[in-house]
Amino acid sequence: MDFDIDVIARNFSLLAEGMLTTLRLTSLALLFGLAWGTLLTLGRLAPGRFLPALAALYVNGIRAVPLIMVIFWIYFLLPVLSGAQIGAFYSALVAFVLFEGAYFSEIIRAGIKSISQGQLRAALSTGMTYLQGMRYVILPQAFRKMAPVLLTQSIALFQDTSLVYVVGLMDFMTASAMVASRDGRLVELYSFAALVYLVISLAATFVVRRMEQKFKA
Amino acid sequence: MIKFDKVSKWYGAFQVLTDCSLQVEKGEVIVVCGPSGSGKSTLIKCVNALESYQSGSLTVENIEVGAARTDQRKLRQRIGMVFQNFELYPHLNVLDNLRLAQMKVLGRDGKTAADVAVRLLERVGMQSHQAKFPGQLSGGQQQRVAIARALVMDPVAMLFDEPTSALDPEMVSEVLDVMAQLAQQGMTMMCVTHEMGFARRVADRIVFMDAGSIVEAAPAEIFFNAPQSRRARDFLSMILPR
Repeated sequence: MDFDIDVIARNFSLLAEGMLTTLRLTSLALLFGLAWGTLLTLGRLAPGRFLPALAALYVNGIRAVPLIMVIFWIYFLLPVLSGAQIGAFYSALVAFVLFEGAYFSEIIRAGIKSISQGQLRAALSTGMTYLQGMRYVILPQAFRKMAPVLLTQSIALFQDTSLVYVVGLMDFMTASAMVASRDGRLVELYSFAALVYLVISLAATFVVRRMEQKFKA
Repeated sequence: MIKFDKVSKWYGAFQVLTDCSLQVEKGEVIVVCGPSGSGKSTLIKCVNALESYQSGSLTVENIEVGAARTDQRKLRQRIGMVFQNFELYPHLNVLDNLRLAQMKVLGRDGKTAADVAVRLLERVGMQSHQAKFPGQLSGGQQQRVAIARALVMDPVAMLFDEPTSALDPEMVSEVLDVMAQLAQQGMTMMCVTHEMGFARRVADRIVFMDAGSIVEAAPAEIFFNAPQSRRARDFLSMILPR
């Protein structure tokens, strides 16, 4: 069997563009997913019954369905329901934010619970509102504690973005698959794709380890 | 200034405060003592609405604390509180611990807030530790910073919830000294504490609580020398050295 490594060099710009899309999708999904996850957590911890119940229903609902279904759902059903065409990239982004937000919110909730209630009482006793106490006292401490877990979840998100293949978004995975079938170089391209995902994920995992050790000290 | 009138509180069916009545004048220093679980902390936390009460009336400068239209944030800005476990913000240095509420609640700018902070750190003898984080300070130092953090808001009264209970014995006096100094300067104070030496020296009146009721409220020398109730006598015989 001949192994044509040159096929990668020949298609480098296409693959690089795909990786750019993957990274853009990952970082935007991370950013908005964290924001959405924080809001969901505040909803779950809010006083009263209605908001916590609604947020819990959402979080548990999302976590009970497969990610690929959410991606399909947003891509095919959102345009039908809203009448707006938002394209593959943004529909994928929305799907990831909605999906990851639920997972992030569980992590953030655990982080907030790990901070003593006395901290919030201290903030309230100086006249801060509940939201100010959360914003300036509880969340900064919680995020510091959660950072390693959040990064681990982000690595999973980075890998999961390859699922946008199903809606034809030209991310790194889709680009690799396209070149693979077009040039008939399945082994080379899928091996290369695997290697790239592996290296990036392992490097990120290494960073998380270092962080965990630093935070322990 | 602070007036309790038959204040009662329940946790479900369990009554934690029963008809507590007490009037605290401006500049008065009240020490609240009693066996653990007698409702001391709950009583003082009602004053800044960290705890609610279900019946009776509690007013601070003639404003009903529990009334629906009372702005609890405004109330809390004016009443400083010091906690047993200090509750300094561990992610902020000493200066920022003192600046946060000034900037976010009172809307002071960073410079003004820092000036006020430094002035009060000087008052508690902690001005040389501004840049340190709470974790780098001893318990006594942390509690002095916590007192300064409450004072930067220019409170009209201060609440102390067992401020020395979490401290190693050799650090108790540095905190009590700061509190005594504060009392001397005319601050209205309600302190839950087991430090009877401090109570005798600094308090204008001692409030003795047991099982959620105020059993006795008397000037310090009368309370220590001639307690009126049997429960207070029993309590004093248990905690005072013979």
